[in-house]
Amino acid sequence: MDVLKGIAEQVQLGDDERVHALTAQAIEQGMHPTAILNDGLIAGMNVVGKLFKDHEIFLPDVLMAAKAMHAGLDQLKPLFAKEGIPTRGTIVIGTVKGDLHDLGKNLVGIMLKGAGFEVIDLGKDVAPETFVETAVKANARIIGMSALLTTTMPAMKAVIDLLRQGNHQARIKTMIGGAPITKAYADQIGADAYAFDAAKSVDCANALLGG
Amino acid sequence: MKPILERLRSGDILVADGAMGTMLFQRGLQPGQCPESFNLAQPAMLEEIASLYLQAGADIVQTNTFGGSPVKLAGFGLAAQAERINRSAVACVRSAVGERAYVSGSCGPSGEMLKPYGSVDEETLSRSFREQLSALIDAGVDLVCVETMTDLREASLAIQAAKSISPATPVMATMTFDRIPRGYYTIMGVGIDKAVEGLTGAGADIIGSNCGHGVDNMIEIARQIRMLSDKPIAIQSNAGPPVQQGERVVYPESPAYFGDRTAELIAAGASIIGGCCGTTPEHIRAIRRSVDAGSRPRA
Repeated sequence: MDVLKGIAEQVQLGDDERVHALTAQAIEQGMHPTAILNDGLIAGMNVVGKLFKDHEIFLPDVLMAAKAMHAGLDQLKPLFAKEGIPTRGTIVIGTVKGDLHDLGKNLVGIMLKGAGFEVIDLGKDVAPETFVETAVKANARIIGMSALLTTTMPAMKAVIDLLRQGNHQARIKTMIGGAPITKAYADQIGADAYAFDAAKSVDCANALLGG
Repeated sequence: MKPILERLRSGDILVADGAMGTMLFQRGLQPGQCPESFNLAQPAMLEEIASLYLQAGADIVQTNTFGGSPVKLAGFGLAAQAERINRSAVACVRSAVGERAYVSGSCGPSGEMLKPYGSVDEETLSRSFREQLSALIDAGVDLVCVETMTDLREASLAIQAAKSISPATPVMATMTFDRIPRGYYTIMGVGIDKAVEGLTGAGADIIGSNCGHGVDNMIEIARQIRMLSDKPIAIQSNAGPPVQQGERVVYPESPAYFGDRTAELIAAGASIIGGCCGTTPEHIRAIRRSVDAGSRPRA
């Protein structure tokens, strides 16, 4: 059996032990970490993301798949570092100040990691200053913000305003999402991108970083 | 007051209240603030909200304890205050409604996911629910409302906790369903059949659905529950999925719309009808009018 195909399948099934074993096997066979990531782990997560979007599977399946993906990803990370393979860039994510809903944001984190980005997850109820300071310090390229409450949406604008005040807006892009968020709202507050859902956030991040 | 289950058995249709969060935000609750902290800091405000719902015609008024379990309060550093917060909430509503309405002790999700999906175990959640529900029941609620659940295991833990503390206290349990192409499911994948079976099995006396995607979906959900169960059905819909209106985000379904749909909800099998996010005393007044117009005179 093709080991990469096996990894992808086991990610979909959410079997972290088998993903761990197969990833170790692939590394031992001398496969390139990037290939293991793209054709194994990401390929599997892509299928999971699509099935979730199509309502074929539910949240528990996604969470188990993510766990399995991490079982492989954790083994690849040291290799990426050792071989100096650049990651796709760092993205800082969080649920905005006042909002404690992190389900969607967690999914976004899973998908972005699955797509090869370095993700710094600040959690929920994140102050605008924390977003900006963390992003600047980590040399992040994107800040991703989530809100579920209509009342916390203005906190997204506060982050964008802070970036502008600090003259960071050219370097650090912003991407927003969450149930009440629309493209129109993103445009209105000057966000660089609107991600409809977790799967879409990967496309957005790729587009923002020009590839 | 006649016990609530007796009234439901005799065929009465009861009106529940509307949103709490919406009312609190209008009165100065800041995003990021713990809504339940108002139970200690602003008891007069909570009495006022309960009075408004009572005046609008609610037969059931809920406590401001949706996030009142210690596990949830821990996010605000308030876990140690859980008992006081829950007790105060009951006192506020009781002082406003007296014996003119049932006081319902709200118990929402913990905000944590059970293992293996999340990090919390069943024992921790169970203990957390017991602590909250003991305070609510001891402070004198007429019923407990386990609501907005998406995970059947978590819902069952809360129901069982209530029943283990006080078997005689009625438990109402409602889940939040999304409409997907193959039917109604919670985000955790619980369909209506599993929900009915699980909630009933755990000991709920009244089952149903709250929040969700507007009244029309709730009519269908009530219908499907009725086909599977003869328990009283509670429906507390939000005022539709929020939409953008200029700079503001609003819930689209009006009080008049709620009023218009009430008869259909009753026909579908619901016998407790109220509101969730985005509904106001005006929505409840509209439901009250429709219930009174369509049914026997109030006892």
